[in-house]
Amino acid sequence: MKDMLFVAAGGALGTSARYGVQSLLPAAGADFPLGVLLINWIGCLFLGWFFTVTLRSWRIKPRLRLAIGTGFTGGFTTFSTFAVDAVRLTVHDRILTAVLYLLLSVGGGLFLTWAGIRLGTKMTEAVPKEERI
Amino acid sequence: MIWWATAGGVVGTLARYGLGMWAGKRFGTAFPWGTWLINISGSLLLGWLYGEFTQQHLSLALWMLLGTGFCGGYTTFSTFGYESLQLMERGEYRRMAAYVLASVVVGVVAAAIGYRLS
Repeated sequence: MKDMLFVAAGGALGTSARYGVQSLLPAAGADFPLGVLLINWIGCLFLGWFFTVTLRSWRIKPRLRLAIGTGFTGGFTTFSTFAVDAVRLTVHDRILTAVLYLLLSVGGGLFLTWAGIRLGTKMTEAVPKEERI
Repeated sequence: MIWWATAGGVVGTLARYGLGMWAGKRFGTAFPWGTWLINISGSLLLGWLYGEFTQQHLSLALWMLLGTGFCGGYTTFSTFGYESLQLMERGEYRRMAAYVLASVVVGVVAAAIGYRLS
């Protein structure tokens, strides 16, 4: 029950943050959906990093990990808007833009998740030189 | 409008959490069925809502509550990315490719079907 409260709080913050970014940047339609692309990219980089550092060494309460990872980052990023944006561009006869958007979202998202995991791994395995001797 | 989106986002996030836990128990964790089901069903629903909204059958407040809020909070792109990389790091390249393709292709098709149904 308490877990749900943490997930809900994270989801509320993540959704509000996404709403904020979406209202500042262009949405799909005639324009390229830059807002959702950036949201998903940032979310992927962050989640890769966050899940890695909290799993490997940084002590964090499991509930806080749930609130930030599942709640906030999950609520911040969106798959449904990504899928509908692609359809939206197609409806506006911008097939090429739709394909480019799909490739950038998926390719960029996977690459940034990988980069986040690598960054997290590097940060947690960095041992001062003196201690290695 | 932000409050409508936030309220929907809370319900969507909780639904994702609940369904994800249920799917993990029901189907195991070898393949991320939970997130897949969530993203496909959310894309179908948002496609339909978007069609209703553009035909002005849905008020802006309801679009914010159900579309931006619920569907946005329910579905997740970051977990999709993380689970794909987990499959890759385990050396399960085929399963990873299947997950990525099945999510993207079926997701976009589901959104198009939802849009058509409106």
